[in-house]
Amino acid sequence: MSRGRPALKLALFLLLVLLLVGIGLPFLLKHMRLGLDLRGGVHVLLQAQSTPEHTVTPEDMAALERVMRQRVDQLGIAEPLIQREGSDRLIIELAGVSNPEEAISMIGKTALLEFKTADGQVVVTGRDLKDARAQINPQTQQPEIHLKFNPEGTKKFADITKKLSETYPMGSPQRHIGIYLDGQLLTNPHVNGPIPDGNAVITGFTDFKEASKIAALLRGGALPVPVQIAEQRVVGPTLGADSLAKSKQAAMVGLILVALFMLAMYRLPGVVAIFSLGVYALIVLSVLWALKATFTLPGIAGLLLSVGMAVDANILIYERLREELHWGKTLKAAIDSAFQHSIPIIFDCNSNSILAAMILYWLGSGAVRGFALNLGLGVATSFVTAISFTRFLLRLISDVPLFQDLRFYGVKLDPSLKPAKEGV
Amino acid sequence: MYFDFVGHRKWWYLLSLIILLPGLIALAINRPPLNFGIDFIGGNILEIRFEQPVPVEKLREALGEMDLGHVSIQAAGDQNFLIRTKELDRDKVNQVIGALQRLGQAEVVRVDHVGAVIGYELIVKTVIALAITLAMMILYITIRYAGEYLAGISAIASLLYDVLVVVGFFALFRWEVDSTFLAALLTVVGYAVHDTLIIFGRVKENLHLVKKEGFAEVVNKSINQTLRRSINTVVTVVLVLLSLFFLGGESTRNLVLAMLIGTVFGCYSSIFNASQLWVDLHLLFREQEKEVARPAKAKAR
Repeated sequence: MSRGRPALKLALFLLLVLLLVGIGLPFLLKHMRLGLDLRGGVHVLLQAQSTPEHTVTPEDMAALERVMRQRVDQLGIAEPLIQREGSDRLIIELAGVSNPEEAISMIGKTALLEFKTADGQVVVTGRDLKDARAQINPQTQQPEIHLKFNPEGTKKFADITKKLSETYPMGSPQRHIGIYLDGQLLTNPHVNGPIPDGNAVITGFTDFKEASKIAALLRGGALPVPVQIAEQRVVGPTLGADSLAKSKQAAMVGLILVALFMLAMYRLPGVVAIFSLGVYALIVLSVLWALKATFTLPGIAGLLLSVGMAVDANILIYERLREELHWGKTLKAAIDSAFQHSIPIIFDCNSNSILAAMILYWLGSGAVRGFALNLGLGVATSFVTAISFTRFLLRLISDVPLFQDLRFYGVKLDPSLKPAKEGV
Repeated sequence: MYFDFVGHRKWWYLLSLIILLPGLIALAINRPPLNFGIDFIGGNILEIRFEQPVPVEKLREALGEMDLGHVSIQAAGDQNFLIRTKELDRDKVNQVIGALQRLGQAEVVRVDHVGAVIGYELIVKTVIALAITLAMMILYITIRYAGEYLAGISAIASLLYDVLVVVGFFALFRWEVDSTFLAALLTVVGYAVHDTLIIFGRVKENLHLVKKEGFAEVVNKSINQTLRRSINTVVTVVLVLLSLFFLGGESTRNLVLAMLIGTVFGCYSSIFNASQLWVDLHLLFREQEKEVARPAKAKAR
């Protein structure tokens, strides 16, 4: 019984790991958020522009972000990504958009609504609006937008309509109020009398679709500063699906190759390495999932690369183990010594990799950041699994009498070799 | 198996130079030095997939009438086309798409537009990122090696060499450099230093254990002892990169290619540049300080 115990412990532990990884990995992979390049969509980088009179402030950017969020919501897109980059840029990512052109044109619109008198004086603007609704006029069958002003706007509008009605006779061109959107005249209605209730109607749209789009823009508000589309990428859904399938395939093949290599090179410890990789993958994906990170093509490349690097920790430990065994240490002593001597080196290596990843994350943007995050996270996790899980499992295995044969560790059982004359 | 690496170091320096030279010459001669993608210089990429095969001449003809400046059309099969132009505004892009769709049923697979400002920033960022990374690494290694800054300098020189080889390859073969190139270079730098640290770590360990051997001999022994590690760690990464290169998505291919070259030559450079340089720097600066005049030439056993 006492001989069987370590073996039983090992078997139970491996079973537990297999179960966790077997259930966890597919679940996590299924629930990962996919980036634009994997499921198609629109990526737009907006550049807010400073004018000679006005430099872009953080408040402007906050307002811009708010307006964009509302516009994107109007488009009915699930999970839009809107984030600020630097001091004057905004990234907008819309996944799975059916009509990218429409989305981009909505994003790029200034939507500056102005009511101007005949002498060019701006009397009311989009800021004074409370609501804007498009509808079809039942009498004329023409599309129109009903505006509702806020209290301040209501007062301004009442004042100017009253002033115009009192100053100019009926039919005078001076009694018109021009309604401009982005500097373009939409309608130029005649003021029949004072309008005290804060309601107005705009006509002059080609169809209802246009009217409702403009109403949506007006509801969202005008852009606080002029913007320019600095970068724009549209990925069709076919390309996205294609990339996803290819990535899956590459990941599978890459992982299998690494596993085979480890088995061929290190035998039993190779098996330990494969189990460590499973646990490693589980941890990394869980963290990414918890961070709500998005999978992109470069991100997947970074993750896979980190797997290739993660096994490096195992390789360093196993090579040292071989040496220690060659020098004639007992299995247990060799394992302890191997870890003790390898950890500082692994730590140094990983610190430098993480350093590079951090700088990349700091200076990079967009997809490059995803790559850096995955790589850095992967390297850090691999260090933790190497010094905890791999060590634990290797010790557990070495407790099992059956696995104490040094041939399992790739070392020839040649007594003449022991102790090796290597003096180090 | 015991090989005299250190004794032949003059030859390794020569070999390193031979590897590097074509790339450097390409960098010096080519204008622009690298084949910068639209991420850097600004421009548009349009990828379109026709339902029926369309001859590329038809596309060229249709686009030729539009005054787009230089247009590059790259065919992938007879239905897929990648069209690169200078920076175009939205109306112009729509005109282009319209013109193409007149040639047959087509799906727009991808439209990329990048302004030139972004590109300039990318170049500045790449240089800054590399400089900061390398500087921090010298600092790190110097601290970890108890003020042995010669080790740090040797490691960084080897990394710089590695970066130059990657850039040189891209210059020589005119592979496109896009925004992920920065990621590739920094990853290469972060990874290539592993092999150097593995060797240097062993040197440090051996120096503590054996006092009677010369420095060059200790380095040579350390390289030999860690050779399997150096190769095997790189093999696993190369296996992953190869499968990504051959099976992975199109858009990360250049990223993977840069990392592949950087990883392989990073390993090479750790053994044949970094370690050898440390020996030479050590002989130059440290041995003079000692009174014992030791023959500077390393000897194989």
